[in-house]
Amino acid sequence: MKNLLLNILSAKYFFLAMLMGLGLTAFSFAEVVFYSTQMRPVEEAKKIREKVLANFSGNVDFVPDETPIWITKIQAENKTGKVTVSLLGGLHGDFSPVASALDNVDDVLGKISGNNIVDTFVKTGKLGGNSQKYIPWAQATYIMAAHKDALAYLPKGADVNALSYNQLAQWGQNMEEALGERKIGFPAGPKGLMHRFFQGYLYPSFTDGVVRTFKSKNAENMWAKFRRFWHQSVSPRSTSFNNMSEHLLSGEVLVAFDHTARLIPAFNERPNDFVAFPAPSAQYGRGFMAVIVGLAIPKGAPERTEASDLIRYLTSKEAQLTVLEEIGFFPIIDIELPSNLPKGTQLAGDAVSLQSSSSDALPALLPSGLGTKGGEFSKVYKDTFETIVFRNANISKVLEAQAKKLTAIMQESGASCWAPDAPSKGPCPVK
Amino acid sequence: MKELNKVMPYLLLAPSVVFLVFFFFSPFVETFFIAFKNAEGGYGLHSFRKMYDDLNFFVALKNTIFLLFAVVPLQLVLAVWMSLTLRKIKKFRGAILYIWTIPLGISDLAAGIIWLSILTERGYLNTIFLNLGFIEKPELWLSYEHPLLLFAAVAIAEIWRSLALVLLIIIAGLQLIPKEYDEAADVFGAGAFRKLFRVTLPLLKPSIQSALILRSILALEVFAVAVAIGGTNLPVLASEAYNWMANYLDYGVASAYALVLLALSIISTLGYLFFLRTPADAA
Amino acid sequence: MRKKAILYYGLGIFFCLSVLLPIYFLIVLSVSGRDAVYAWPKIFYVANLDWSMFRFFFEVEGVTRAMFNSVLVASLTVVFAIGLGTPAAYALARYNFFGKNFYRIAILFTRAFPVAILALPLTVRFINLGIYDTIWAVVIVHTALALPFSILIQSNLFQSVPKELEEAAWLLGCTKLQAFFKIMLPICMPSVAATAIFAFIISWNEVFAAAVLTVKNRTLTAFLISQISESPLFFQITGSFFLVIPTLFFIFIVRKYLFSLWGITNK
Repeated sequence: MKNLLLNILSAKYFFLAMLMGLGLTAFSFAEVVFYSTQMRPVEEAKKIREKVLANFSGNVDFVPDETPIWITKIQAENKTGKVTVSLLGGLHGDFSPVASALDNVDDVLGKISGNNIVDTFVKTGKLGGNSQKYIPWAQATYIMAAHKDALAYLPKGADVNALSYNQLAQWGQNMEEALGERKIGFPAGPKGLMHRFFQGYLYPSFTDGVVRTFKSKNAENMWAKFRRFWHQSVSPRSTSFNNMSEHLLSGEVLVAFDHTARLIPAFNERPNDFVAFPAPSAQYGRGFMAVIVGLAIPKGAPERTEASDLIRYLTSKEAQLTVLEEIGFFPIIDIELPSNLPKGTQLAGDAVSLQSSSSDALPALLPSGLGTKGGEFSKVYKDTFETIVFRNANISKVLEAQAKKLTAIMQESGASCWAPDAPSKGPCPVK
Repeated sequence: MKELNKVMPYLLLAPSVVFLVFFFFSPFVETFFIAFKNAEGGYGLHSFRKMYDDLNFFVALKNTIFLLFAVVPLQLVLAVWMSLTLRKIKKFRGAILYIWTIPLGISDLAAGIIWLSILTERGYLNTIFLNLGFIEKPELWLSYEHPLLLFAAVAIAEIWRSLALVLLIIIAGLQLIPKEYDEAADVFGAGAFRKLFRVTLPLLKPSIQSALILRSILALEVFAVAVAIGGTNLPVLASEAYNWMANYLDYGVASAYALVLLALSIISTLGYLFFLRTPADAA
Repeated sequence: MRKKAILYYGLGIFFCLSVLLPIYFLIVLSVSGRDAVYAWPKIFYVANLDWSMFRFFFEVEGVTRAMFNSVLVASLTVVFAIGLGTPAAYALARYNFFGKNFYRIAILFTRAFPVAILALPLTVRFINLGIYDTIWAVVIVHTALALPFSILIQSNLFQSVPKELEEAAWLLGCTKLQAFFKIMLPICMPSVAATAIFAFIISWNEVFAAAVLTVKNRTLTAFLISQISESPLFFQITGSFFLVIPTLFFIFIVRKYLFSLWGITNK
């Protein structure tokens, strides 16, 4: 009878062993794994691989992923010491929760001094410490775009390059009256970057702050205005828009706000149909947000040398210009932009420099120091927006309730204020 | 020999038990610990309070339960209707049945996208409406401004996707009913509806019960369909659990949502077991 | 009587159309090119064949590897679900033992559990085991999902084979194992194969666990969901096309066994 058992067992093990052999052949690669929270949309990722990384001498596997999963994965690899990723790409705010898993890259920075990275960008890469944690790679911002047909409905006397929020509202209303449809679009879908509009544009312009002024009188007025504007002029499909170029091209919307990289595909496809222009302004100025994408090397990276070579390549003039032309992230090195850029990129580039150099420019920084609370921080703004605009809730009550959550997040993460909020000692207070 | 007969079943079960304990039940228990853990390391209701305070909790709970009530009964009615129809069909029976069961293999993700492409502004439905003269330009149905339509769209996609499961269980149940019952009812001159309610449905009770249990559990888990069609406008419990885990990195709240789902599953299962109970004679 | 037949066939065809039309639209969109996806009004047939969406789809890095991984993961899931499930199913079908009901209920209970959260604690466990972000991690979770089905379905299949057949074999001198392989398995083979395909479909369609447990070694569903909300509609449509088409064949192959698979759930 024992034989019978043995039979069963050995047959099974044989089977398993065969499988193991089969499965193991499936993964055996040796290359630099480049793990990034940026350039996630398929078309951007494709261009990174085919146009940017293809010209690098080594073998690179570009793996884009969502920030929370990216953070989990890096922490996991750091914890177990089984590091597979050699190069990390992410926003300034993405790096702070994984700072302890990042290798110092002062040596890499030394090697690439010839690439002329702008000093102010380099400094932010220290994450507040003494040594370099990441190396800046590219920058981007959010601007507005419009189909040329929409310009006919601009309110009288309005300059599209120096628009105010009141004029934008009037513009939208004009279009609604003339076309019977609400033609302004925002990326308020599940993967859209709508929260950046509140954090970097609306709040700074109307309240001169983001956290401190969260429930101020100015904020209340702002939300009341924005709610009216939304129902009068904004396409109700906006809550499913993630990437505005698709909806500009299809004609669903005529005017849109989005990340430069998410507008440029539309500009490049039909450069003669669209105009790009700076975001509007309100009483405190023309709030706008710039985004810095950086490169870092995790501790214990399997291909550190290759990774640092890749950093040198990615910060070179050639690669910086390719990234700009192909996906619309702007250089962080000190160079003159060539005049033969693709027309769409040129359009966006002009709007970006107009935005940052306008007389009332009010630069807002990306949230920082929030650690793993970044997602919840953005949720506060999205929830506030949703309750006020869609559920028509009492504005001051909503702000009061959400302010409590915001305070808890700031306390738990210990993040101090960033511009345009006045600096704070300790966690940024909600006034 | 007898000894072995006693040990044998346990030996046969052992591999599956070990596997499920390690990869199913122990992570399941861990979920409780995660859900009840407080920020300071102790145990308590912190995550549940956070979930309760969240803007989307009651909306998600409401949507999930309403979807359950909209989808499952309708599926049951359709399934009974279809299987009775199929009984009368002789030719092409196999082909028809194959077609009806196709959605069984279709992932919820794909089903959501398929229905999105039909119901969206420039989709097929609107094209049909245009041809019929109902509309003149693309009309937007799937937005927060038409919560009912949005809900209906998700319900339709969900019904379409998972009707086959109910259908199969009901057809299998029908096959177990001896033809004699049918004939006897005919002999006594029972009308079609009377026959349905007095003979067929009571005999189908066990199948109906298991169909309802299984489908309700799956309906409570609805996720990809709601996300694909409703975006953020139609939060459901599973999508909130996903968001709290993937976007806000709060495993505690995510686990709390999971436990709410589990509780609802258990309540619905017990409910069906109680209200549709049958004498326990069959093994 | 004739009128009734027309009515029944009419209904039958109506239900067929409501299943097929959405799939038909998907196929038409997939082969009509990008512009057709945004076109207004829509055309109900393929006006001109345009493979550009497929080309784009396969040019996206990772798609082919993801497809390969999907097939591999699903196949391994089948092997484990059958390999671990068959002995257990046999025990349930042929033995009376203490704890049998408890086991059965425990297995049923696994269905009442939201999949999403299973992946959560498992992430940590897999990291410690060193199999995070390998196809094995996904295989294990998918096996955990498919195994209960495999056990319940097969035990009912085995139960439906008269015990006398096996007993006759024992009397003729077969050992239990021989009897199982010579009598039970050949009779049940087609249905076991159907169970296998069912396990394959479970794995093929599973999104959540695959997405959470892998980064590089993505399956097709995981790859799609990680890209889908940030990819254009035409990419999503092509992705759905490749998710749906294989399952049409699988369901076709197992169509005869779907009842023995599902009819039994009321026991």
